[in-house]
Amino acid sequence: MKWNKVLILAAILLLVAAVAVVAVVPLGVKNATWNKYFPVVKDVNLGLDLRGGVHVVLEAKDTPEAKVTPEAMRQLRAVIENRVNQFGVAEPVIQQQGERRLIVELAGIKDPEKAVNDLVKVAYLEFKTMDGKTILTGADLKDAREAKDATSGAVEVDLEFTPAGAKKFADATTANVNKQIAILLDGQVLQAPTVQEPILNGRARITGYRSLDEAHTIAILLRSGALPVKVDVEEKRAVGPALGADSLAKSKHAAVVGTVAILVFMLIYYRLPGLIANFALLVYALIVLFIYVGMHVTMTLPGIAGFLLSLGIAVDANVVIFERIKEELRAGKSIGAAIDAGFKRGFVAVFDSNATTVLAAIVLYYLGTGPIRGFAVTLIIGIAASMFTAITLTRWLLRLVAAANISKNPRVYGA
Amino acid sequence: MFHFIKLRKYWYILSLAIIIPGLFSLMVRGLNLGIDFTGGNILEVRFTQQVTIDRVRQVVESLDLGSGRNVQQSGERDFIIRTRPLSQEENDKLLDALRKNLGQTTLLRSDHVGPVIGRELTRNALLALLIASVLMVVYITLRFEFKQGIAAIIALLHDVLVTTGIFSLFQFEVDSAFVAALLTIIGYSINDTIIIFDRIRENMRVHRRGEELGELINVSLWQTLTRSINTVLTVMFVLLALYFLGGTTIKNFVLAMLIGVSSGAYSSIFNASPLWYDLKMMEKKKALRTA
Repeated sequence: MKWNKVLILAAILLLVAAVAVVAVVPLGVKNATWNKYFPVVKDVNLGLDLRGGVHVVLEAKDTPEAKVTPEAMRQLRAVIENRVNQFGVAEPVIQQQGERRLIVELAGIKDPEKAVNDLVKVAYLEFKTMDGKTILTGADLKDAREAKDATSGAVEVDLEFTPAGAKKFADATTANVNKQIAILLDGQVLQAPTVQEPILNGRARITGYRSLDEAHTIAILLRSGALPVKVDVEEKRAVGPALGADSLAKSKHAAVVGTVAILVFMLIYYRLPGLIANFALLVYALIVLFIYVGMHVTMTLPGIAGFLLSLGIAVDANVVIFERIKEELRAGKSIGAAIDAGFKRGFVAVFDSNATTVLAAIVLYYLGTGPIRGFAVTLIIGIAASMFTAITLTRWLLRLVAAANISKNPRVYGA
Repeated sequence: MFHFIKLRKYWYILSLAIIIPGLFSLMVRGLNLGIDFTGGNILEVRFTQQVTIDRVRQVVESLDLGSGRNVQQSGERDFIIRTRPLSQEENDKLLDALRKNLGQTTLLRSDHVGPVIGRELTRNALLALLIASVLMVVYITLRFEFKQGIAAIIALLHDVLVTTGIFSLFQFEVDSAFVAALLTIIGYSINDTIIIFDRIRENMRVHRRGEELGELINVSLWQTLTRSINTVLTVMFVLLALYFLGGTTIKNFVLAMLIGVSSGAYSSIFNASPLWYDLKMMEKKKALRTA
C-alpha cells in the first residue's frame, strides 16, 4: 500500500463528505458572507407546488366596447402589476405569453382563491345622478384609502379625485343639492347618499363596509384602476400552503430513501468502485444543487422527479463503465490498465445514450409549459453534470485508488 | 444459456400480447383524460371533521356542476372533486356550500383549465412526441445506421403503446405530466437500446467472417445484460420510493414511468436488437434475389 496516495484519497473523500454535510445541514454559522452560500439547499427556489401559491393564465377577450390591442395589453399588465404589488407577495411573476395572455404567479399566499378573485375583479367605479347620467368614473380617481372614522369608528374608503375629477364632482354636487348621487362598483350600487351641499375639495367617501379588510380590498381595486379589457381566467393552479408543505416533506423523504437505496446497492454490488461511484454521486448531487441555485432554477415536483431520474442516469454511466472494467480485469489486464480501457470503451456508449435523452429533454423544454419545463431543465442539467462526474471524477478517483495499491485482488473491484 | 435471437418469435408474441389489448382498449374506451386536456376544475379539500364521501357527493350534486361520480377520497379527510370548467363565482359557490354543509374546509389545491388551453396542450404533446422521435432517428442514423434507428424507434413505439395501453386498460388518469413521463420513457428506452447497439457496433469491428450475425448480437446482449439489469434496478429504487412515499400529485407520473421503464428495459433487449436482426436478414435476402 502506498500511504501518500491513500492519504490523498482519504483527504478528498473527507472533503467531499464535509461539503455534502454543510450543503444540506444548517450549521448555524452566523458569519453573513458564509451563510450566503450554505446550506445550499435552503437557497433552492421552490416552485408553487412545493410552497403553496397560485399560477394563473389570464386571457384578454374582445368585447364590443373594448378590443384587445397591444396598448390595452400594456395597460392590463400595468393594472395587474399594480394589484399584485398591493398583495405584498415576494417575487411575483407577471409575464405576457403570446398576444393576449398574461401569466401571473404568486407564491406563498394564504388564500389563493381570494387572490385570483381580486386579480381579475373589474372594479369599474362610477358616480351617477338620479337620471342615470354618469358624472365621473374611476379614471377621475387619484387615490383611494381605507380608513376608520375617528368618532363613529365606522369603516370607510376615502376617495380623492384628480383636478379634473374634482371639478366634475364640484359641478355635479352643486347641480344636485338635495338629490341622490349613486356610487356604483362594477355596475352595483354601493350607496346613494343625498347631497347636502356642494363638495368642492375633490374628496368623497364610501361607507358601509363590514370590516377594514373589505374596505382595504375595495381601496386596492379602486387605486389600481379598472381593467382596460375583459379578462378570463384560462388556467388556474392553486396549491394551498398545507398541501405544499406536505408535498415538500414527502418528496424529501422519497428522495432520501431512493438515494440511499442506490448508494447501498452500488456498494454491495461493485464494492470498492461502488464506494468511489457513491462519492462521485455525492459530488454530482452537490454540483447539480449549486447549478440550481446559481441559475435560479425553480424546483417543482416534476423537477424533483427529473433530478432523481438524472441521479439514475448518473449511476448508469458508472455502471456501464464498471462493467467494462470488470470485463477487462477478467481478460487478465492489470487494475490500472483495466480502469483506463474500461473508461475509454464505456465513454462512447454513455455519450451516445445521453445525447439522445438530452434531445428529448430539449424538445420538452421548447414545447412544454410550467412544471414540464422545470422537469426538462433539471434533466438536462443532471445529464450534463453526470457526464462530468462519471467520466472525469470517478476516473480520477479510481486511478488514485489503483495507484494507492490498496488491493490487487480483483474481487475488491467487484469482478 | 438461452438465445435471445433464436427465441425472438416468443419475445414478439409477449410484446403483442400486452400491446394488442391496450390498443383495443384505446380504440374502444380511449384514455381517461384529465382536466389538462379536456378543461375542467379540480378542487382538493381537507375537512376538519370526519366526512363521508357520500355527504361530499350530495353537496356537489346539489349544485349541478357535473356528476358526483367525480368525487374521490384522497386522504383520511381529503377529497378531490372534479367538475366541468367553473367560473370563479361557481367555484366560490361550491366552496361555500362545502363549508356550510360539512364544516370547516381547507383548500388544498384548486386547478382550473379552460378548454382552449387543453386543446393547445394536446397539440403540443403530440408534436413533442413526433419531433423527439424524428430527432432521435436522425441521431442514431448518424452515429450508427438507419436500420438501427428504425429498430430503436419501433422499440420506443412499443414502450409508448405499452404505457398508454395500460393506462387505457386500467383507466388511470392522463394529465400533462403523463406526456413528460412518455418523453422521459422514450429518452430512457433509447438510452438503453443505444448501450446495446454500441456493444454490437464494437463487436462488429472484430467480426470474423463466417460468424453469424445472430450469434454476434446474442453475445453482445449477454455482455450488456448485467448493466441493463443493474440500471433498471437503480432507477426502480428511485421510482418505487417516489411512488410509495412521494406526494399524491405525481403518483400517475411515477406510475407511467414505472411501466415505461420496465417496458423500455424489455424492449431494448428483446425487441430492438432482434428487430434489427430481422431487418438485416430481409436486406440479405433481397440482395440474394437480385444477385
